[in-house]
Amino acid sequence: MGDMFDVVLAVLVVAVAVWTIGVRDSFASVVGFVAYGLLLALVWVRIVAPDVALTEAAIGSGLTGGLLVSAATRMQRAERSSATPQPGPLLRLSAIGLCVVVAAALAVVVLTLPNPPPTLAPVAAASLPAIGLDNPVAAVLIAYRAVDTLLEVVVLVLATVAVWSLAPDRLWGGAPGQRANLDPGGPLTLLARCLLPLGIVIGLYIFWMGSQAPGGEFQASAILGAMWILAMTAGLVDAPPTSRQWLRALLVLGPIVFLIIGFAGFAMAGGFLAYPVEFAKPIVLTIEAVLMLSIAAMLGLLVAGPPRRRKQR
Amino acid sequence: MREFLLFAALFVLATVAVGLLRLLYGPAGTDRVMSAQLLGTGGIAVLLLLGAADEMPSSIDVALTLAVLAAFVSAAFVKAATQTEETTRGDETEA
Amino acid sequence: MSFARDILTVCAVLAGVFFFLAGTVGLLRFPDSLSRLHALTKADNLGLGLIAIGLIMHAESIPSALKLVAVWLLALLASATVPQLITRTMPPAVPPA
Repeated sequence: MGDMFDVVLAVLVVAVAVWTIGVRDSFASVVGFVAYGLLLALVWVRIVAPDVALTEAAIGSGLTGGLLVSAATRMQRAERSSATPQPGPLLRLSAIGLCVVVAAALAVVVLTLPNPPPTLAPVAAASLPAIGLDNPVAAVLIAYRAVDTLLEVVVLVLATVAVWSLAPDRLWGGAPGQRANLDPGGPLTLLARCLLPLGIVIGLYIFWMGSQAPGGEFQASAILGAMWILAMTAGLVDAPPTSRQWLRALLVLGPIVFLIIGFAGFAMAGGFLAYPVEFAKPIVLTIEAVLMLSIAAMLGLLVAGPPRRRKQR
Repeated sequence: MREFLLFAALFVLATVAVGLLRLLYGPAGTDRVMSAQLLGTGGIAVLLLLGAADEMPSSIDVALTLAVLAAFVSAAFVKAATQTEETTRGDETEA
Repeated sequence: MSFARDILTVCAVLAGVFFFLAGTVGLLRFPDSLSRLHALTKADNLGLGLIAIGLIMHAESIPSALKLVAVWLLALLASATVPQLITRTMPPAVPPA
């Protein structure tokens, strides 16, 4: 029965993926992409990877869907106004060929893995009590491979700046998006008002669970960022101008604290991002907490987009 | 019990698949926006059933996240779909 | 006692799955967008609620059962507001007279 479920799910994933690529309308393809992400989250749950399923549902499907749909609407306006040249048949065939080669290489690598595949899981699990965490994924992200996480967060900051730089020079520092009209009795306002506190509580819960069970700061920040965007969409709060000092400080707070702790590791435990054993758990929690706040702000700003309102003098 | 729950999950997944076909084919924008809603509710049901069948309590957390984000994505889709209908007033306004 | 619990779970989950099926049949067969939307949000939501009730009895702990209730309440909130949002902001296509 489980195998039949997996087969149906796999067929569905492939069918939705093919449809998403083949459909002509960009809005429809974004809908297909979100559907594909949700089905992929089911796949992750089936192969017992709940952390990845959480991240896929939160960031891969939800937030990226919101980002892509606003991009698709802007592209539709541009597509309607001027005729964009379609890629020629040679370019399409090369793209198809490249995709087939990459997919085939991945399939060969995965199918020829030795059974059981080589794994570091026992080694990773053995060091967990020293850090005080129960979730091996959280330990890998914040303790064993903390450098990767630091670099990822810095990349996110750069991505936010890159999105801001898409605005014309005269709009630099302004607020993203148009001011949404608050409709006091409308369904969107009701949804935002009811969902916001619930979403914040659930986000903090997922963050807190991250040290023992699947969860963590990335999924929590996706939920918090989505709640901020919902409030902006409903008109409950206005998007802050990107020149505000507190906003920029919030964005870099996470990476800076992470860097400080990293360099302090030289003094405390003999290496960059090395944690002394006595303080490992509080250090990890501090990093995760500030990262959650910063990444939530970054994700919200990434989806809100480049500044489109002139900065008030 | 486990086999029954897996069967129920498979059935709901098949139902979602058939509904998805209709919505993705549906010509009106409303149909496409509804697909987010269908996937949200159906996906949550499948996740809860899978979690109970395989005794993975973290599936409920995934379903919780999905519930929050499905509502967000539906709101984003509606907002975007209405913006394609209006003519743009120009891309900049005074703050 | 455990047998009675199993029977209740099976009945509730079957009823929930039936409502999912009914919702999809409505989605396929109803003539216009608005009635399809109605079938989708009302029937699917009821199906999810029945499945949640069935699974609460098999929950591993009290927090898990509470989380199931929370999931259902969130789905209720979304099902109540999203169709209103859709119909008020997206005018449906007028069917030919």
